[in-house]
Amino acid sequence: MRIKQQAKGFINSEHLVPAIFILLSFLAWQYSGLSGNFVLNQVITRFIRDGILVLSLIVPVVAGMGLNFAITVGAMAVQTSLLIVIGYQVEGVPGIILVIIIGVFFSALLGYLIGHILNRVKGKEMITTIIIGFLFNSIYQLIFLVGFGTIIDVPNKDIILTRGIGVRNTVDLGMYRDTIDKLWLLKIGGIEIPLFMILIVLLFAGFIFYILRTHFGQEVKAVGSNTETSEILGINTNMIRIKVMILSTVLAAFGQLVYLQNIGMFDVYTAHLNTGVISCAALLAGGASIKSAKIRHALMGIFLFHTLFIVSPQAGQNLFSNAALGEYFRSFVAYGTIALALIFNVKHENKYKKPVQKPEGV
Amino acid sequence: MKNYSIKPPQIIISAFLITLVFLAYTLEMNLVILFNESLVKLVMNGVLVLSLIPMLNVGAGMNFGLPVGIIGGLLGMCLAVNFRMTGFHGFFMALLFSLIICALLGWIYGLILNRVKGREEIAGTFIGFSFIPLMNYFWTLAPFQNREMLYPIGGQGLRPRISLENYFNNILNNLYVIRLGDIEIPVGLIGFFALIALFLYWYFRTKIGRATIAVGENEAFSRLSGINIAQTRLIAIIISTIIAGFGICVYTQSYGFIQLYDEPLSMAFPAISAILIGGSTGKRAFIFEAVLGTYLLQSMYLLTVPIANEILIPELTEILRSFITYGIILYALLVRERRRNNG
Repeated sequence: MRIKQQAKGFINSEHLVPAIFILLSFLAWQYSGLSGNFVLNQVITRFIRDGILVLSLIVPVVAGMGLNFAITVGAMAVQTSLLIVIGYQVEGVPGIILVIIIGVFFSALLGYLIGHILNRVKGKEMITTIIIGFLFNSIYQLIFLVGFGTIIDVPNKDIILTRGIGVRNTVDLGMYRDTIDKLWLLKIGGIEIPLFMILIVLLFAGFIFYILRTHFGQEVKAVGSNTETSEILGINTNMIRIKVMILSTVLAAFGQLVYLQNIGMFDVYTAHLNTGVISCAALLAGGASIKSAKIRHALMGIFLFHTLFIVSPQAGQNLFSNAALGEYFRSFVAYGTIALALIFNVKHENKYKKPVQKPEGV
Repeated sequence: MKNYSIKPPQIIISAFLITLVFLAYTLEMNLVILFNESLVKLVMNGVLVLSLIPMLNVGAGMNFGLPVGIIGGLLGMCLAVNFRMTGFHGFFMALLFSLIICALLGWIYGLILNRVKGREEIAGTFIGFSFIPLMNYFWTLAPFQNREMLYPIGGQGLRPRISLENYFNNILNNLYVIRLGDIEIPVGLIGFFALIALFLYWYFRTKIGRATIAVGENEAFSRLSGINIAQTRLIAIIISTIIAGFGICVYTQSYGFIQLYDEPLSMAFPAISAILIGGSTGKRAFIFEAVLGTYLLQSMYLLTVPIANEILIPELTEILRSFITYGIILYALLVRERRRNNG
């Protein structure tokens, strides 16, 4: 009995999931035949690109709202502001500052809206955030594929399709490329470490760490653990949840900005599509669940998830002489991780807590 | 059906539809052909929409895991084509294969959903999403022999689009077509649709069907009155999955190609939005709502294609479709949860 309990203590998702990821990535790396340096360089790049996006998921999980798939909306907000700034040809440092200002404004506004929506669907936040992401994607397409060039006049004709309506599929971010990426570049052997960008990601991690320890953070935790009790304690639950969504969406906007400037190219209609699922899967790979997430889960998860992501196509190529099989494996891992997390977590939840109907009088 | 009332989404969609018909009329399009096509489109997508009803009524929510049933149906058809079964025999065997496969898949799917009670929708979404890449392995590696299904080079792995030209293409569409002037009514196709609707109607009249509705309405009360909740839910989910498999068979024979790989990924959302436009609240659904919603939505899609091409922005159709689809699902989620929270 005690052994069984101990085994249960060890085989909880916090240890098991990262262990499986380490095992899978190691095996896939062995078969892929890629050099360790290459994989490490790639993982460091992905760490910088996706770091802030994954970090933006933590606070909603702590607030008990589950995985926020609507971070795609934050991504779209910053893409909108990028397109506006490029459209009006503001270059250099003022351009970047303007992108940040407009992006934060849009994402805060949208985060406020999403928070309001989620307050009306308590208990069904995750499915709602997925639908919100898809819905905003179609609005985004409507604006840039149909609105730009017809209703909205853009001075910069380079980004408009030749027919005069709609933005091109890819927009070059050449004027912002390599501005901060190569700052403080450290080379150890064949490994390149862009220290400045890593510090930025860690700065955001520190910011979330700090936020969760402030008074606001305590309130968020209280709301996450028990809505009714926190309501009795005099916390305005709905307002806290709205603030959490604003924070998450704004962080996602910053994350997408870092992602895009690192790539240097900007796929207008597809860059944001997978951010939600991939970031959520990365967070879960680090050992987080839909009920608890810590910063170490996020940081570790990005490393584990992206190692597997980088090596699996090549491993598929070598094992089955078919690279497509590696691709399928990648998407299976991304979706499957989330599916399993949902299945096991809800089962766990049902066992210990009877579902309570919330008498939320609105 | 007693307390059926018209709700805002239907008013909006109907108004939009009337505007479109008017636009089509002024652009001098052939309305009779459009009407004929709308009947085909109704059945083509309608069976998939009907498949949502048992799961909605048992309280398992909107079936975002529809790809599970769709893949079962696709596999059934692939088997029939692999054994070179043609004509009615082929289509019937495809239905039979998909019935068996979907019953099995539905059983597993139901067992999983019973474990995640209360979060079926989000879990179903990701079960469907992760099942698709898993099946991509199968499509690539399974030992199918019919050369017409395999990649022409290499001879391994199914093609993403398998033509049904030599098998059972349009088998139901061309069955007993009645012509009244220019109007064509595909009686066979509509008959098949009616058969499935009748089956559902009969199912909800049986003892187990009544139990299904009771569980959906009040689970605690049904447990007290001695209904086996887990079993009732399981049966409803299996029926949903089987009808989804039939639905994709009907869709495919009308479309002419078996579409494999990532194609089922986004098929659940339009089907769900159709039943919601029909007036379902996402908690309880009637056959009538499924038919009405599918007809409204599909006729609208049918009309937007030529009109968007006429005004030279062809992408507009796809964008409008997804906007309406996701908008209506979000609306339903908001309305349903507000009702629940108000008691």
